[in-house]
Parts: sequence; C-alpha cells; structure tokens
Amino acid sequence: MGTAALQKQFETLLCLRVRPAPERVRTGIPELDAGTALGAGGLPRGCLTEIFGSASSGRTSLLVSMLAAATAREEVCALVDAEDMFDPVSAAAAGVSLERLLWVRCGHHAEHALKAADLLVHGGGFGLVALDLGDTPLETARRISLASWFRLRRAVENTPTVLVAVARQSNAKTCASLVLECACDRVTWSGGTPLLRGMRVRVARRKPVREIMACFHAAALE
Amino acid sequence: MFASLHGSGNLRALAFEFSPVVEQTAPDTVTLDASGLEHLFGQEIAVAVMRRAGQSDIKASLALAANPDAATYAARGFAGVSVVPQGDEAKFLAPLPVKLLGPSPELQETLERWGIRRFHDLAALPPLGIAERLGPEGLHLRRLARGEVERNLVALPEPLDFADELDLDYPLELLEPLAFILARLLGGLTTRLATRGLATDELGLRLQLENGFVHERTLRLPVPSLDQRAFLKLLQLDLAAHPPPSPVLEVRLQARPVKPRAAQSGLFVPLAPEPVKLELTLARIQAMVGEERVGSPELLDTHRPGAFHMTAFGRRGTAKTDRRPHDRVRLSLRVFRPPRAARVAIASGQPSFVAAEGVRGRVLELAGPWRTSGDWWTTDPWERDEWDIALSDGALYRIYCAPPGWFVEGSYD
Repeated sequence: MGTAALQKQFETLLCLRVRPAPERVRTGIPELDAGTALGAGGLPRGCLTEIFGSASSGRTSLLVSMLAAATAREEVCALVDAEDMFDPVSAAAAGVSLERLLWVRCGHHAEHALKAADLLVHGGGFGLVALDLGDTPLETARRISLASWFRLRRAVENTPTVLVAVARQSNAKTCASLVLECACDRVTWSGGTPLLRGMRVRVARRKPVREIMACFHAAALE
Repeated sequence: MFASLHGSGNLRALAFEFSPVVEQTAPDTVTLDASGLEHLFGQEIAVAVMRRAGQSDIKASLALAANPDAATYAARGFAGVSVVPQGDEAKFLAPLPVKLLGPSPELQETLERWGIRRFHDLAALPPLGIAERLGPEGLHLRRLARGEVERNLVALPEPLDFADELDLDYPLELLEPLAFILARLLGGLTTRLATRGLATDELGLRLQLENGFVHERTLRLPVPSLDQRAFLKLLQLDLAAHPPPSPVLEVRLQARPVKPRAAQSGLFVPLAPEPVKLELTLARIQAMVGEERVGSPELLDTHRPGAFHMTAFGRRGTAKTDRRPHDRVRLSLRVFRPPRAARVAIASGQPSFVAAEGVRGRVLELAGPWRTSGDWWTTDPWERDEWDIALSDGALYRIYCAPPGWFVEGSYD
C-alpha cells in the first residue's frame, strides 16, 4: 500500500487538530484578570485549573473570589469539600450568593470528593465546579491516580464549566491546563490596638510554563 | 350503546372503571357510553358491570339501551338488569309511570286529568294534538316515552388518580427484582400521564411488608417530569438509602398529576443544570456521602459564630439578585469541624505558644481578645474570647477561649 493510499485512509488520524482557545471567565480579582498571570483574561472554561499552596497561602480566598464572581454572573456553582472546611459566613461576606452554591461535604473522604466532582461535571450545567483538597493529607492527595485527574479533565472538556482543584501541592500534573501557586507575601496588622487587616497573596503561574506573577490583597472581615 | 346505573353507592367511580365518558344524569343515576365494551366483554357487559358493583358494595339497577334516555328510564323503572332492544324502546318502556319523565307540575296535573299514567298512554297520543295542547315540553316528553331522543352525554371530567398496585406472588427480599416491578408500574403511570398531557412532580411508593407494617417513601421533584428512567433510578437510590425492613408483599405506586413545565430557555440565560438530571446527580452523591451533607448553606439570623444550616439545593429559588462580588477580596477562613482542642501557653495575659492536632508553634503576632457572647436569654448561651494569631509554622489561625478551654477554630487562607 502506497503512502498516498495510507494517508487517504488515515487522513483524520494523521492530521493534527488544533483546539480552539477556550473561553475565559473572570476570577473577580482585578489584579489577576487585568494582567497576564492567568493567560488571556481569566479562567479557561472546559479546562482543569489547579491552585496549590501551603496553609494560609491565600488559595481559599482566591477560590471564594472565583465563586463570588461566578454566582454574580448568575451561574450555578458546586463546591466539593473533601475535608468539610468551607466557611459559609466568610464566603457570604466575600459576595458568594449561597443559594446558587451546591456544597458537598465529603467528611474527610478524598475518594468520595473525586467521585462527587466527577458526577457533577458529568451532570453538566454548572458554571464552576471546585474540588477542595486543601487540607487533605499530602499522602492521600498524592495517591489520587493520574487516571482520575485525566477522567475529570476529559469530563469537563467541551463543556462551559470551569473546573478548579485546590490542594497543598500540584497533583493533576499534565491534566491541568492552568496551574497557579499561591503564597503569602505578607500579613498586615494595624498599629495601636492590634488588628488583623489582611494578607497580601502572591500568585505565580506554573503552567503554561512561562512564569508570570501577580499579587492581590485579601482583606480580613471588619 | 349506553348503560345507565341507578342506585346507591359510588356509581361514578364504578362507571369510570368501564368508560371514560360518564354523565351524572341525577344524584342517584349515572349514564355511561358503553360503545366498544362488547370487544372486551362480548355479550356479557351487564354481567361484568354488576359483578364489579357487587365487589364494590354498590346496590344498583342497570339498563343497556341504544340511547341514553331510554337506558336511564329503564334503569330507574326496572330493578336488576334490563337490556332495551334497539327499535323496540317504546314497547319496552311502555309500562313505566309517566312521573319518571319528570314533567312540570302543571303538565303532570293535565296528564293526570286526561288519565295518562303510563309511558304507552303518552306515546300513543298524536304528536300534532300534543303540540297544540301541551306545547314543546309535551312533545319532548312524548319522544322520551317512545325512547326516540338521541343526544350526547354531558361527560364528567375523568378523576385524575394515577396509582397502580401489584400483589406479589411471593415476598421479595432484594431490591433488584423490586426495581423490575417499579419499572413496570412507572411505565404504565408515565404513559397514562403522557396521554393526558400531564407530568408528575411527586411519586408516592407504598410497600406492604411481610411483617404487617407498611413502608412508605415519597419522592419529590423540583419540576414536573415524565422521565421514567430518572424516576426509576431515584426510587432505587432512595430505597437503597432507606431499605424496607422486611420482605415486600405488595407494591403501590402513585403519581401526583400536574401540568408539565412549559419554559423556553433564552439565548443569554446563564448556565444551570437540568433539574431532573441534577436531582439524579444529587441523589447519587447523597447515597455516597449522606443526605444531610449535600445542599446549599443558609446563614442563620444570629451572632453565634459559624451558625448555618443546610437546605435542599435549588429549592430556595435563585431569583435574580443585585448581589455583586465585593471590590476587595476577602480573607477566607477554613473551619476545623469540630474545633480542635488546644493547649495554649499564656505570657503577660496573651497566648505565646499554641499546640493542637496539626497545629504547633510560637505566636509571632496576635490580635485580640475579641470578647463576644450571646443567647444568654436561652438555654444555650455562648461566650468566647477570640484571637487572630500568626504562628511560627507560617500559618494564620483563629483561636478562642470558651468554657471548657482553648480551641483552634480554623485557619485563614
């Protein structure tokens, strides 16, 4: 069989398909949306975005801000909370419309959290699905197979849903389209009578590879 | 062919068992369109109706005739079962008293004076003479007496009771075979609903158990639907979460009929999950993590820290609000549930070292104490001294001192 015949037979396989650039949505943080830290203008729809950082690095504030922005767009959001640590009070104060938020409390079962996220993404119709593994023990998070992440990535592909995973370390590897690392730049306290004013968070883009940083200030509740 | 039932008991329900076109002719009489029943019962329509009446404790006389009025007067006039031969209505109805026709008092008096007491007396009078002396009413009564009036029934609306039940030959112990029975019942119910242009938003399942008890479950949907597969899966998940404690002897499934949802989505309407699919997804997740752990949080109207309760997702309504995200990003708390008991070293009246599960370090910065209390007028009062602290492990925490000791409430993140 000649090359021409082979090419004709397997034309579709031999051709590289170029995926169109995903639609982007705002995070609700002007410093991130305005700059190039997240790519061209925000979080990609139909992709897995991973946020990681140590405790008190500002990753939850970033996630809650994303939820607030999504619910303000009148989208329905889901938060799969592996360790049951979500605080509705601070979320409401940050502007999250709680009636548009589905909260799944997995009670320290990372496996349940993965399955729930998978079901929600497959169910469709959510503007943002967040998988919070922020306080899941590192060993447990590392044991999540790449196949599970790949399954999530495939499930969210070609949907208008933004899938966000929050963890202490980056786990999704190649399955994540956008990886952001959060770190606490400094904590601000007021003078005279000590008062926690807030935290300056440094966000570094780890994937795509070109490293770009941005900072935002998360204000404490008054 | 028309059938008329005259007597006492729930005649209407009995009639609807045999025909969808039923007329309440009088409080004690119903007439039904029996056309086509011969295909089901042959020549024994009357036998089938009377057998069912006997089973339902209904005492009634039955008449079959080619027109509804002949059937009605035969049922009223003759006890038991009467079959009025087509074309011989006048002859069959002849011995009945004229009072059955319900003439007006004046007409009744006139007929009495003339000595007209039976149907055949009235039927024998010349129509022209009746028209001259008694007018249109007299003429109509004569036609009734001869069994000649043809008219349509004034049909009652069919009662919307969508329920099916099945007695099992042997007790069912497993849920899997029960699913086959539920699928069969659901198939019938959804078809009947669909033929009437209806849907359902509530399914009631009643299982008669071998131990004599009844196991009842109710499934409520946020929107009306006819999705048989979704209903079956929801019932399966619900029964898996709440299994019957004993083998099942009888299954009854009831659907509440409602009008189907008529909604047209706009091009620019924000994304939202399809309601029935969402209900199925939620049921699957609830089966995994527990019912009370899935929903939408609702803050309570109190100053008690962290007071909220879970509500069913999507039931509170998501009307368009003016809520906008704040210009400033807020620092969020990650809450330890339950709060972690801590050992706290105090120096100069302030925490200097904190140790709890997963938390250990020297206090580098702190703010507090913020003293709060509330609900002192109730049986469940609370009070606490709260501190925001930065520990040497690099994290920010909220700790508080409340009877009976120190606790780490959560970490700022």
